[in-house]
Amino acid sequence: MNAVAQLQRQFVDYFNSLYREGVVDDQFAELQKLQDESTPDFVAEVVTLFFEDCEKLINNMAKALDQQVVDYKQVDSHVHQLKGSSSSVGAMRVKNLCIAFRTHCEAQNRDGCVRCLQQVNNEYLFLKNKLQTLFRLQQQILAAGGSIPTIA
Amino acid sequence: MESCNCIEPQWPADELLMKYQYISDFFIALAYFSIPLELIYFVKKSAVFPYRWVLVQFGAFIVLCGATHLISLWTFSVHSKTVEAVMTTAKVLTAAVSCATALMLVHIIPDLLSVKNRERFLKNKAAELDREMGLIRTQEETGRHVRMLTHEIRSTLDRHTILKTTLVELGRTLALEECALWMPTRTGIELQLSYTLRQQNPVGYTVPIHHPVINQVFSGNRAVKISPNCPVARLRPLSGKYMQGEVVAVRVPLLHLNNFQINDWPELSTKSYALMVLMLPSDSARRWHVHELELVEVVADQVAVALSHAAILEESMRARDLLMEQNVALDLARREAETAIRARNDFLAVMNHEMRTPMHAIIALSSLLQETELTPEQRLMVETILKSSNLLATLINDVLDLSRLEDGSLQLDIETFNVHATFTEVLNLIKPIASVKKLLITLNLAPELPEFAVGDEKRLMQTILNVVGNAVKFSKEGSISITAFVAKGETLRDPQAPDFFPVSSNNHFYLRVQVKDSGAGISPQDIPKLFTKFTQTQSTATRNSGGSGLGLAICKRFVNLMEGHIWIESEGLGKGCTAIFIVKLAFPERSNESRLPFIPKGHVNQGLTSFPGLKVLVMDDNGVSRMVTKGLLVHLGCDVTPVSSSDECLHVVSQDHKVVFMDVCVPSMDGYELAVRIHEKFTKRHERPLIVALTGNTDKLTKEACMRVGMDGVILKPVSVDKMRSVLTDLLEHRVLFEAI
Repeated sequence: MNAVAQLQRQFVDYFNSLYREGVVDDQFAELQKLQDESTPDFVAEVVTLFFEDCEKLINNMAKALDQQVVDYKQVDSHVHQLKGSSSSVGAMRVKNLCIAFRTHCEAQNRDGCVRCLQQVNNEYLFLKNKLQTLFRLQQQILAAGGSIPTIA
Repeated sequence: MESCNCIEPQWPADELLMKYQYISDFFIALAYFSIPLELIYFVKKSAVFPYRWVLVQFGAFIVLCGATHLISLWTFSVHSKTVEAVMTTAKVLTAAVSCATALMLVHIIPDLLSVKNRERFLKNKAAELDREMGLIRTQEETGRHVRMLTHEIRSTLDRHTILKTTLVELGRTLALEECALWMPTRTGIELQLSYTLRQQNPVGYTVPIHHPVINQVFSGNRAVKISPNCPVARLRPLSGKYMQGEVVAVRVPLLHLNNFQINDWPELSTKSYALMVLMLPSDSARRWHVHELELVEVVADQVAVALSHAAILEESMRARDLLMEQNVALDLARREAETAIRARNDFLAVMNHEMRTPMHAIIALSSLLQETELTPEQRLMVETILKSSNLLATLINDVLDLSRLEDGSLQLDIETFNVHATFTEVLNLIKPIASVKKLLITLNLAPELPEFAVGDEKRLMQTILNVVGNAVKFSKEGSISITAFVAKGETLRDPQAPDFFPVSSNNHFYLRVQVKDSGAGISPQDIPKLFTKFTQTQSTATRNSGGSGLGLAICKRFVNLMEGHIWIESEGLGKGCTAIFIVKLAFPERSNESRLPFIPKGHVNQGLTSFPGLKVLVMDDNGVSRMVTKGLLVHLGCDVTPVSSSDECLHVVSQDHKVVFMDVCVPSMDGYELAVRIHEKFTKRHERPLIVALTGNTDKLTKEACMRVGMDGVILKPVSVDKMRSVLTDLLEHRVLFEAI
């Protein structure tokens, strides 16, 4: 097997593993579909935007939870945003954590919120790592002259 | 005292004479004194008297005279000097005054005389004015009479009444002895006595019209005095009176409807007149006065007008009656025609069924019979029976179709069909026969011919089949080529038929089919007969081919119904012929096609794979999901404008945006409010973009809320490409989509 094919295989396997582990869901695959010749970096752009958004939201939430009097409404809206973003991108685990986070917010459980936030942060970093690996694989394939295989 | 020189009165001798003188003087004095008194008295009584000064003078003169005479009374006896002196004074004064008066009178008397003159003059004037007043009064009375007469005459529209009334009123006004009206007879050469005043039933007197007197009367519109001996004036038996009254005749124009011009009163163009004769009472010394003649003339005119009105009324009544009759007749005819048509249709319908059933039985059973064991003769017989019955069946069908086509009750069944498939089917039907005859059939469909079209497929096929069938029938060998293409410009016209001028439009196209065969051909003089019912060309080659001759006639009818044209071209016998027809078909289209520029025409069944250029708006405050949604829509080919807030959305949204996708996951009611605002902004439905909500939950509340604010659809996130595609398809087709999970 030549290098390109190998890389492609690697890419597909990696992707499938992400999928299997529940890191990403169908939505991520859908995003892949939207990438074509006219928008070659679509997925990368979206994901980058997502990470920026994530970071910003997490920081805001941390600050809000640090306050003496926690404005749960504020926190809740941030979580809602994060949930929306993650579900758009297909970051399943993050999304699920957000759902849990929201219940804590509604319960006005500061500890629960803080814990959730921590988890979200961890998950976000984990996802970032994984996706960066994926993108690197993509670049390698492209550099080798191959094309990104479409994930059915 | 000295004695005066007067004669001493000797009482006894001249006493009498003296006494008389004495008394006369006394009376003279008395008179002299009383005259001024009277004068003064009467002048005072009278209102005006211009000569007071004269009067005074006169008075003075008279008084002094009286005084003189009075004083002379004293002179009869011895009198003193005083008396003498007084007497002298009086006389001197009297003399002075009387001279003055005499001088004055010279001036005054001419004046007095001229007063008299003026008085005479004024009297004359007064007499003249009286005369004129009398004249005016007469005229006014005449006018009144005319008005009254006119009113009477015009108050009725009945000819007879008009004329009778005229005579009566004239007779009354002018106090006539007799008044008669002579009307021209139908022949126009005689005048007949129609109406008289006194006699109740005028005898049918006639007088020839070309009498000099009558001509004279007819030549002018004045009332003319005629001699009582004139035939028209001999109305009453001579009653032996001394002198017959004066007779006057005037013409009465009899106007017809077509004599009325707008601007000019009918003049001598009217040819027929009636004659009105008026007779004054016999033994009165009356004469016709000018004003009376004028009255008569005016009345004659008025009568003419009234008669014409009556004539018009009669005419219009008659016309109306005529029309009513015609209406009734037409109505009856229409009903009869309808009944006839209904009867014919019923007959056809019954016969249709009645004829087809036995035919069907014959054909079916003959076919079955063919399948059984038969001797060759029997087989031949059965085949002949089948052929004949098939022919008969075709004939029946054709006749029934044609009769329906004839009265225009046939309507095309318009629907979408596959053009290519139609031709293929025809080919399949004709191939067996063609191969038996070893004819080569080629079908050539132009590439730009639409695959689908809207028209009457059955009848189009029937036409093509008939034409191709004819080609096969009349060709013994060779090939037949069928060509079909979209006709434009030159190919849209038949050079032989200049009045077939179709106009192309965006929704229709003209299909041109040419069937060329290499068969027997047709001679040019036979070509026009081809499309006539039941005719067949007489050439021996064709006589055996059978057929009713109806086929082309029916084809022509069908082609005409499809707003087309069919004709045959042939170069002559033995040179084959080409049958060409053009029919109008429509492009298939969807209902809101005009609104959706991105749907290519004619590709209805392929589904919509992309929406090139569809302008949409995406509102989402979440950057990531906004980007994802945008990417999704861009992938489908839309022109996406992303906005991040509802204010921005309202600012940017315009008529060009066909759909607005808005995220309503936000806890605030922003999305719903936005929908309301969009509705407010675009009041007309076709201007408003469709509003679709993207939401994470499709519970009933969300859906209801969306519907309440007037959204056109709800989509559950996350959205896949396929889902978005089908959503857009549905949305744009139906303009509403309620729920896409």
